Formats: sequence, C-alpha cells, structure tokens
Amino acid sequence: MTFLDIKDVSKSYGKVTVLHDINIAVDEGEFLVLVGPSGCGKSTLLNMIAGLEEITAGSMAIKGREMNGVHPSKRNIAMVFQSYALYPNMTVAENISFGLEMHGVPKAERLAAVRDVSGMLQIEPLLERKPSQLSGGQRQRVAMGRALVRNPDVFLFDEPLSNLDAKLRVDMRTEIKKLHHKLGSTIVYVTHDQIEAMTLSTRIAVMNGGHIQQLGTPKEIYDNPANMFVASFMGSPSMNIFPATIREKGSALGVEISVGLGADKKHLKLIDGGKRAKSELHNFINKDVLLGIRPEAITDPDGADRNAQIIELVENVVDVTEPAGSDTYVVSHLGGQEVVARMRADAVVKPGEGAVFALNMDRAVVFDPKTEQRID
Amino acid sequence: MASITQDTAINTGRVSRALIYLFLLLFAFYYLLPFGVMVLNSLKPLDEILSGNMIALPTSWTIEPWLKAWSTAQVGIEPTGLAPYFWNSIKIVVPAVTISTLLGAFNGYVFTKWRFKGDTILFGLMLFSCFIPFQIVLIPMARILGMTGLAGSTGGLIFVHVIYGIGFTTLYFRNYYKAIPNELVMAAQIDGAGFFQIFYRIMLPVSGPIIVVCVIWQFTNIWNDFLFGASFADFDSQPMTVALNNLVSSSTGVKEYNVHFAGAIIAALPTLLVYVIAGRYFVRGLMAGSVKG
Repeated sequence: MTFLDIKDVSKSYGKVTVLHDINIAVDEGEFLVLVGPSGCGKSTLLNMIAGLEEITAGSMAIKGREMNGVHPSKRNIAMVFQSYALYPNMTVAENISFGLEMHGVPKAERLAAVRDVSGMLQIEPLLERKPSQLSGGQRQRVAMGRALVRNPDVFLFDEPLSNLDAKLRVDMRTEIKKLHHKLGSTIVYVTHDQIEAMTLSTRIAVMNGGHIQQLGTPKEIYDNPANMFVASFMGSPSMNIFPATIREKGSALGVEISVGLGADKKHLKLIDGGKRAKSELHNFINKDVLLGIRPEAITDPDGADRNAQIIELVENVVDVTEPAGSDTYVVSHLGGQEVVARMRADAVVKPGEGAVFALNMDRAVVFDPKTEQRID
Repeated sequence: MASITQDTAINTGRVSRALIYLFLLLFAFYYLLPFGVMVLNSLKPLDEILSGNMIALPTSWTIEPWLKAWSTAQVGIEPTGLAPYFWNSIKIVVPAVTISTLLGAFNGYVFTKWRFKGDTILFGLMLFSCFIPFQIVLIPMARILGMTGLAGSTGGLIFVHVIYGIGFTTLYFRNYYKAIPNELVMAAQIDGAGFFQIFYRIMLPVSGPIIVVCVIWQFTNIWNDFLFGASFADFDSQPMTVALNNLVSSSTGVKEYNVHFAGAIIAALPTLLVYVIAGRYFVRGLMAGSVKG
C-alpha cells in the first residue's frame, strides 16, 4: 500500500497556479527529496503535506487516510524548518516535549521520551539551555529532536541544512542519512542543493515551474534525465549540452559534431546493433539535436571507463585547465560550445595545446531541441 | 584580546571632551531647573514663598505641604487632599493599561499570524483611531456611556481609555510580531497547539520588550489624561489630574503655592516611577536565538 499518496494535487493563489497536477506515491521507509530552483513550488508542496497550506485541487492521503482538511497536528507528521523555529522562551527539553504536552502525554512519559531522543542525538548536556545559547548545529539537532520525539508517520524537512556552514552541513547530512537507516522512517525532504538530493534520497522529484520534471531514483535522474532541465540542474559541474546532427553510418547511428572553434566535423558512433532497433533516434536521422554528456564521461584516454561499449577519441585544442586536486577539469570546444571534461589529476594537458579526449558514448544522451525532452 | 572593544565612539581629545561634558551638564541643569524649583518650594513654608524668593533654598525645611496636599487640602469643596483621587487614578489606570495591552497583543497576533480577508483594511482603520483628536469623540462617547449606564463611573473611564488605547497597542504589537518568523507558529501548529495556546505559550512569552513599551506608553497617557477625566467622571471617580486642577484653582482662602507644588509632584511621581522601573527592560532582545544566528 502506498504510504503517502499525492494525487493530482494543484495549488493556486487566486489566478496564479504554483503547482500543477502533482502525482507522487511514496512507500513506507522511502526518503523522497523534492529538489528544484527557488520558486519551483517544492516548499509549497511540503507545506501542503504538512497541512499548513490548503490543497486547491486533488487529494492527499497518509497511510490510506484522506488528509484534505485535516489539521496539521492530527496528521501524525513532524517537520524540521529551515530556520529551526525553536520556541525561544523554552529550554531545549521543553522545546522537544512541547508537542507531546499539547497531545496530552503524561509528564513521566514526556521526560522518558526526551531522554531517549536527546540520547540518540547526543544533546543531553544541552537540555536545560535556551535556544539562544546554542550554536547552529546544536539548534539543528534540537529541531530534529523535536520531530523525532513525536514518532510520526512522515518526517518533513524544509531545507534543514541550508543555514549551516559547509563542513557542518556535510556532517549533518551523514547524520540524517544514518538516522533514516536506523529508524526506517518515511521522509520527505526539500532542498535546492542537488548534492544533498543525490546523497540522501532513495527517490528524487526534480521540480521546476510547478511541475514535476522527473521522479526517479538518484541514478535514473542522473544517468537518464528526462529533459534538459533535469540534465543541467542535477550534477556539478553540470552536463555539457551542445548541438549535433544525427547521422546513419552503416548499421550504426551516430552524431556529427564540430570540433574546436573551426569547422572540423567529426562523426561519433552512438548506438548500433539491437539497441538501435529500439531507439527513437531513427526519426531524427539527418536532423539537428542536442547532445548531452557529463564531464566525467569525457576523460583522457587512459582514464576512460574500461567497461564502456563505445569510446570515441577526439583530438581537440585545450582552452583552459582547472586543477581541482582530485581531478583536473579541462575546458575545450565541441559543437561550438564550451565543454568541460573531467580528467585524472595527473593527465598531461596544457592550455593552447592539443589533447586526446575519450568520450564515453554509452553515457551520452540526446535531446530534441524543440521539446527539450530526451530522445530514447 | 584586550585591544578589541565594543567601543565604537569617536575618540576625542581632552578639550573637546570637557566641552561635551560642559554642554551636557548645562542642558541637564536647564531641564532640571523647573523641577528643582518645584521641589524646593514644596519644602518651604508659604510665607517664605510669598516674601518673594522662589529660587532660594528654604530657610526652614518642612514636609507639611506634602502632607497637606496628600490628605487635608481643599479639593473642590471637600478637604480630602489628593489621596482619594490618587487611588481613583490607580483604579482606572491599572485595568485600562492591562486590558488595552492584552487586547493589543491579541490583535497584533491575529493581524500578523492569522491573515484573513480584509485584514489590512481593518488594521488601517484601527491605526486611524490613533489620529482622531479626543475632543471629537466627547459627545458620541458621552451618549454611549449614558446608554450603557457607565457614565460617571470608574468602569466608564476604563472603557474609554481601553478603546482609545487599542489603536496604539495593536500597532506596537503588530510591528513587533511581524518580525517573529511564521515558522514558529507553523511548528506550534504541527505540535498541536491551538489558536490561544500559541498566543499565550509562544507569542506572549517573547513579547517582553514590547509589553514594556506598551505599558509605559499607555500608563503615561492614561495617568496624564485630563479631558476624559473631567468630562466623564463623577465626584467619586475623578482622577488625579482633575483633582490637581481643582486643588490649584480652589477660589477660597489664600493660594497655598507650596501645597500646589507638592500636589503636582505627587501627580507626576507614578509615571516617573514606571519609567525608572520598566525602562531597564526596554532594550532587552528576548527574541535572540529563536531562529538562525
């Protein structure tokens, strides 16, 4: 049975519609991340799950129970806010137990629950402090404690890490993931950070303009983005997308791209054999498309994936190199656009000189320039 | 490190510093002079004042004028002193300040955290009440007090002051609560707190500074009010300000200036006291740490 069922949900403010027919079915124990740029409607959707905003159209159910019109406190959910929203007048212990108190839980039980949760989050020494006496990371923990203590059906996180500094954010990210493994709870998590989305989730919903662009596992989203928005939003540095033309060459289909800044054309094999028969690329032979290929699929020949079916070597002029320690990012021109390649740190490349780039064509995706959708 | 201090004042030389103090002292003296004269003259016998020297120190000190102003001076037609009127004022001010502050807090809470259709217009109208001169409402208010049977009573004056105060207190609290993140209310809702629980468990406890501002403002205004007191009060509910006027303008016998001075100071003391006690809490930031920081 679907644990959290969002069916044809829309949200409008007057004439402005901010969410269009959202459909998501979340199973028990799933970690769903809603990711997208500012104003894509992800926080609104989360607030609607929480019951803090009304649903304009559609239905929402948790554990098969219809939630439309049910008060937030009666949904058995808990939420962690971006600003933590700790009650400033209460101590940490009071903050954590406030929800239980409001639900009429006896004092002895409340104390025991606070003890359990504070033990799990290692915040026992802070219990008598006020929020103003805590650091950002400690407040974050208290906010999570306040959610955990309720033992809710669904946890809702609204960009909980965005106020922490970079190092703490990574630590807390791991912590949240550990917590999810330990408790097996169902989580809906909103973020605009695609790395958080990739690392934490079991499934990701990429949102833009009030629509779900793609809903899938992190791997699906990353490897087979449904459209150009998803392709460019997920991944850092983002996917290289540049113009190409589909050509037929013998039994195989390939792309013709321009190399470097000049008019040199090069043919790269894309698919052949059985795969080719299933592909929709037939319909695009001799037509212009957009080719998408991630930086890590463009390497130096020695660094190329040994298991790849098709590796195409391209000689090209290096524009810029950006050593990042673990890797070196190499910028060159393909299809008239700047393209970033990710080479091993010890690859010998120099700006202004030629180099051989190995393109892993297994991992290339093709987009229709008109619809911006991926062509299977 | 010792070299880092919070002191951001401009460093000044010794001469300019001396000048600054000189001017400050001069102005302090200038502003305190009238009050000093009042205190001095309230502490000397009447014939010393009548002999013509108001600035001089008393040759024989006495607290007789104070005692007389408090308990035996002729106020209107009764020789009661100001004491009963002082208590009248307290009976008006304390409930009126409490009620108007609480209502203001409640209104501010609703206006910021529970938006409804037409709320900005309603708030605008409440704000408008701050700009209506007292004189305009005298006659309609007298009608209403007459109809409700509150005319000439302490209750009536409390009612008038509460009505007049709500505009200001609502404005204060609305602006204060506006800065409190809505997420706090959302969190409380999810925690299961109801409309009133959120108000008195979350909002009121963080309202310390603005409550102090409201109390000082309302206390000063209501205590110092003369017009409503003179218009709507009976003999047995007249506030201090009206009694002071009656004391000073009594036409029988000699004008006892020393008693008048003492009475005026007694009338002003409670507002001074409120400033001294509450002013300390004025600037405390109780909101610190509720959200990121």
